[in-house]
Parts: sequence; C-alpha cells; structure tokens
Amino acid sequence: MTLDPVILSRLQFGWVIAWHILLPAFTVGIASYIALMEGLYFFTGKEIYFRISSFWIRIFAIAFGMGVVTGVVMPFQFGTNWSRFSDITANIVSPLLAYEGLTAFTLEAGFLGVLLFGRKLVPQWAHFGSAFLVAFGTLLSSFWILSTNSWMQTPAGYRMVDGRFVPVDWMAIVFNPSFPYRLAHTVDAFYVTTGFVVLAVGAWLIRKKTFASEGKVMLTTTLTLLAVLVPLQILLGDMHGLNTLEHQPAKLAAIEAHWNREARAPLTLFAIPDQKAETNRAAIDVPLLGSLILTHDVNGVVPGLKDFPPEDRAPVAIPFFAFRIMVGLGLLMLALVALGWALRFVGKLFSSEWFLKTLIWSGPIGFLAVLAGWTTTEVGRQPWTVYGLLRTGDSVTPSLTGGDVLISLAGYALVYLIVYPVGVWFMARAIQRGPGDMVVPVGGGRPAGPVKAPPEMGAP
Amino acid sequence: MSIVPVWTLILGAAVFFYVVLDGFDLGIGILYNFAPDRADRQAMMNSIAPIWDGNETWLVLGGLGLLAAFPVAFAIILPAVYFPILVMLLALVFRGVAFEFQFRDAEHRHFWDHAFSIGSAVATFAQGIVLGAFIQGFDVQGRHFVGGSFDCFTPFSLFTGLALMCGYGLLGACWLILKTEGELAERARRWARAAFLGTLTAVGIVSLWTPFIDPDIARRWFSWPNILFLSPVPLATAITGLLWWRAVARKMEVAPFIYAILLFTLAYLGIAISLFPMIVPHHFSLEQAASDPSTQIFLGVGTLFLLPVIFVYTGWSYWVFRGKVRGDIGYH
Repeated sequence: MTLDPVILSRLQFGWVIAWHILLPAFTVGIASYIALMEGLYFFTGKEIYFRISSFWIRIFAIAFGMGVVTGVVMPFQFGTNWSRFSDITANIVSPLLAYEGLTAFTLEAGFLGVLLFGRKLVPQWAHFGSAFLVAFGTLLSSFWILSTNSWMQTPAGYRMVDGRFVPVDWMAIVFNPSFPYRLAHTVDAFYVTTGFVVLAVGAWLIRKKTFASEGKVMLTTTLTLLAVLVPLQILLGDMHGLNTLEHQPAKLAAIEAHWNREARAPLTLFAIPDQKAETNRAAIDVPLLGSLILTHDVNGVVPGLKDFPPEDRAPVAIPFFAFRIMVGLGLLMLALVALGWALRFVGKLFSSEWFLKTLIWSGPIGFLAVLAGWTTTEVGRQPWTVYGLLRTGDSVTPSLTGGDVLISLAGYALVYLIVYPVGVWFMARAIQRGPGDMVVPVGGGRPAGPVKAPPEMGAP
Repeated sequence: MSIVPVWTLILGAAVFFYVVLDGFDLGIGILYNFAPDRADRQAMMNSIAPIWDGNETWLVLGGLGLLAAFPVAFAIILPAVYFPILVMLLALVFRGVAFEFQFRDAEHRHFWDHAFSIGSAVATFAQGIVLGAFIQGFDVQGRHFVGGSFDCFTPFSLFTGLALMCGYGLLGACWLILKTEGELAERARRWARAAFLGTLTAVGIVSLWTPFIDPDIARRWFSWPNILFLSPVPLATAITGLLWWRAVARKMEVAPFIYAILLFTLAYLGIAISLFPMIVPHHFSLEQAASDPSTQIFLGVGTLFLLPVIFVYTGWSYWVFRGKVRGDIGYH
C-alpha cells in the first residue's frame, strides 16, 4: 500500500486541530468567568470572588499557554500541507486569519501578563480591565476563525479569476450565510463546556469541605448561567441545522443518513449506513419527525444523498454518529441543569452526595460534545475544503510525499501525547490545591475604599 | 498606485519584530542550561514570563502577513522548508509549555528545564535553516515548489542555523544584562561577549559566502557604483560592534541591548539588499507575488490602524514589568 499524502495530511490536520480546539473550548469560557469574578470582586469588594478568580487564573494560565503553542501550529499547516488551498483561497481567507492575529492574539498576549503576574503592580481597576480584555480577545478570536471556517462551508462574496478566489464584497465574505449561526452555536458550546468544568470543580470542593464556600458560589453562579446557556444552545443548534439544510444539503443528508429525497420524511434515530449500497441497515425510523425537525413542517421536503453524485458525498457514518453523540450529550446536559435547579428549589443542591458526584464525573462532557459537533461539521462537508468549489484532494501541497507526512504526523502525535496528559495533570493538581493560599495583595492591588467584611468567610 | 511597497514595509517590520522579540526570549532559553543554580534559572525564566507569548504572537502575524500579502510566496516557501518548520513548531510547543510546567513539577524539573533550553535552541536552529534555505532559493515550477522536502538542508543553511543561535544568544544575554543584577548580570556579560564574537564571525562568513552561492547577489554588492552606496552597511556594522563592546566593558545596562538590536537591523538590511525585490528568489518579485489589491487594502487599512494600538498596550505591558526582575513577580 502506498502512503497517500492527502489522507495523511487530513489525519494530521484533524489531529492538531482536535487537540487544539479543546483548549479554546475551555479558555474562551473560563476567561469570561474570570472577568465576571474579577468584576464582582471589584464592585462588591468581597474576597471570596478574589479567591475564586485567582484559583481559576492559575488553571487558565496552564490551558492558555498550551492553547498558544498548539495554536501557533495551526496557520503553518495551511502552508506546509495545504499550499494549493493557500494559493487558491488566500485573497479571501488570509485577511480573516490575519485580523484574528491583529485583534485577538495581540490583545490576549498584551494583557495576559498583567492578568497572571501583575496583580501587585497595577491598580485593581487595571487588573479587572486586563481580565476583561483577555476575555474580549478570546471572543474576537472566535469571531474571526469561525468567519473563516464558515466561509469555507458557505462561500460568498467572491468571483473566480484564473482558478483562484478574488474578493468582491467583504461584508458578504465576513458575514457569510452560515457564520452568525456557527459563531453563536460554537461560543455557546464553549461557555457550556466551561460551565460543566466549573460545576465539577465546585462540586468537588463542596464534597472536600475545606473550600466549600467557594464551591457553593461556583455552583450557584454557574447553574444560573447554564439555565440560560443550555436551552439557548438547543435553540441555536436548531437554527444552525435549518441553515445547513438551505446551504449545505448534501451535508445535512449525510448527517441524517437520508438517501432519498422525500417529503414527510422519517427521522432515523439509529442505523448503520452502507455507503456502497446507498441504504441504511438496522434502521430505527420515526415517521414524519425528520421533516418536522429539519424543515419545521410535516410536509417539508428533505434532501437525499442520491441527489448528489457518489464522489460528492461525505463518508456518511461519521457525521451521522457524531451528530447523534453531540445531540445526546446536549440533552444529557439539559437534564443535569434541570436536576440541579430542582435540587436547588428543595434546598438540597449542596447536600445531595450522588448529584455532586454526578457533576464531578460530568466535568468533561462539554469537550466530548464539542469534538462530536466539530467532527459532524468538518467531516460532513467533505469532500470539499471550500464547499462545492475546491476539493480536499486538490488542496494539498503537491511536493509532499506520503513518507514526509508520515514523519510529521508521528512528530505531532508524539509531542501532543506527552504535552496534553502532563498539562491535564497539572491542571488537576492546581485544582487539588484549592483556592487556599490566595492572599489579597497590598499595594497596587488595594481597593480605593475600605474592604467590606466578607460574610462568607468562616461561616460553616 | 500600488499598495505593495506598504505591505513590503509592514511584513518586513513584522518579521523583524519577531526576530528581535522572540529572539531575546529564545536566546534566554539557549543560555538557560549554562546557568549554574536554581535561583538564576528562575530569574531568567521570570524575566520573560509575562511577555514571551506576546513575542511569539509576531511569528503568527509574520506568517499570516506573508500569506495575506504575498500568498504564492507562502505557498512555495512553507512546503520547501517543511521539516525545519515542523521541528521549529514542535520545539516551540515544548519550550512554551515548559514555562508553566517546570515550576509546578519539582520531580521532573530536570526534564522541563531541558525541554525549555533544548526546545529554544532547536527552534532557533530551525529558524536559521529556514533563513539559509530562503536565501539560497527553491526549485519552483509555475506556482509550486517542486523540489524534495529535504532539499533545504545544505551546508549553508546548517551554518545559518548555527549563526542564528549565536545571534539570539547575544540578544538574550543583553536582555539579561538589562533585567538582572549582581552575579547573574556579570555572567550575562561573559555570555554576551562569547555570543557577540560568534555572531560577528558568522555574519562575516555569511556575507562572504552568499555572493559565492548567487552571482546576482555578488553583482548587487560589488558592482560599481553599488559598492559605493552599500559600503556604509558593513561600515556601520563594524562601528556598532565597537560601540557594543565598549558599552559592555563600561557595564552599561541598556546600551548593549540597543546596540545588539542595531546589529540585527544591519544584518537584516543586508539580507534585504541582497534579495530585493524578490520574495521567492529567482522566481517571484514582490509585485508578482502580491495578493489581490482588494485583499491588500482591506487588511492594510485595518493593520495600519491596529499596529499603533498594539504598540501602545504592548508597551504598557512592558512598562508594568519594567526594572530588574523581582523575586515576587512571576513564577515563585
């Protein structure tokens, strides 16, 4: 068997981005949570918010450092492995990526130093401001990178000259058809992912008892946020789905493993899609529900994979199952939040051992959902890098041999398999230390007015 | 009117900022293993802890700037230096996480110390290979690199790799002279002198070697009347070198770093003079490789507005952490 540089380059890109995406999935959310805690500390003067913020800053520092170095890897992939893609799309894609660097990376990096190390050196408002700007930077980063990704999914505002894309309308390019939905859905996913991490840590602190008051604040603030964010996510997901139906019908058909175009279509809950035979095996269908969910109309027409030539279809099984995993995890998260609120109403949120344990175990749930969602959207749009216009096979660097890519893939595999477990282990250790030895700094960090007595402190 | 000259300046500046900024913190990594004790190593690490990732951001900005302004150059050069880029990225991952990991992990501190130091050295060496390969030029047909992925490893590019290690070591040592005091600063002066001599020798050898590789470069420098206009560059280099040596001998703290940056500026200028106006030597000029005017304007307007803003808040961050390294700021 000869080594195929296209397949190997895809594996490599999938590998480096799958690991990388786990970090923004956490840092985007936790940066906002830190800014929120710093804001509460700044405006109320209550030390408990200071301790919670400082605790998360330590963990954020590890995740952010890993995010920076694995993020630096990403733009170089476009050049080393996808040089044809770069040459053909650069006129459109490159400013979006460059604006991410100019607006987001520099902002994050500029204020991160002060956030991590500067509490003693600057006034409190400047530290809070730094926390806010770092959080804002992570959101700007999401804006530009998802605009880029969305343009590749639903290209707009371009014309073709000599086989290369040339910009015509920048507003149409940046705000391409799938972008608003993808941005909202992804950022909310990152917030929810972080929410479940904070819930898990809060629950763990409550069970450990040493820092129970901090744990309780984490639990209540986060549960309140998630009561909005999780239902909102389901709504956003639905809107994103309608958008996919309109602009990427072949992808939607693959996600639903739907082979024949039909009205009053069923929803396939489970099946083993058979790409060659163009059918599903062992299918469990619910009549009419497909049309109802996908078009919001029982008589709605749902596209089928057979509308598209076989060479233009995604490998159906992957998006089909990935999508079901994502939705299943989403519903599970909704149930957990509802359960949390029910316990809160009856006053048992902090005392229910089994629920606290469940929360601890569901800490990583959002990461799994993010990976499943990302797999759905990225495998679902195959075989295209620019949907309907540029094939993945035509995007790869022509000079690469399979052996070249095998070496680089092995390098990335080895390094990430060392760095990630160690990073997670350090974050776990930082969590185990708890928000203990956080002393409010004197000097620059001292609030202008007298600090109000923190009522939570010392309370049993 | 073409906006290409503006982009040439922006990209040239971005790459230069990267070289100087990440240059000194990679240089600290290279010197790190020479520091005998824990306290010195911690002080070295802390002198760059709040700023290193901002410095590394310029690598991304430089790369993306090349993609945005001169896409075909990006699409040719990166495949041509596939393995040096790979090695650089992996080394940067290791040395980047080592900042956070080494001080949290007393049991494996040895390992992370090495990850930081060797990672910095290897990343620098790889960048030097990229530079050497770039000066030598690539096999190109149409808009693609058609050579092999190992072509970039030549005696010349390996030498420029070593040269850059000396150069970054020089910047790192001068940063330490600026940021530390006492014994460590004294040690930094010794490192700086060694790195300085290495750098100057390497720059001299590269300056004589390149005209041999490439007759165009020889003609550029040695034909009449160019030799008259261009002789100030080596002259200024020699004078800056003397000023640097005197500043270190007089135990000045800021001046050595400034003069080291000036030396880098002159070497950079020398490379630019050799290659201008080509962005892919022998194949694509800056004008030929330029992206669509609409792309250059759309990004150019934002860049010219954002760069001053970035300088202001980056400057503020450096200002907050000004002065000598303090034991209570940074990892401790």
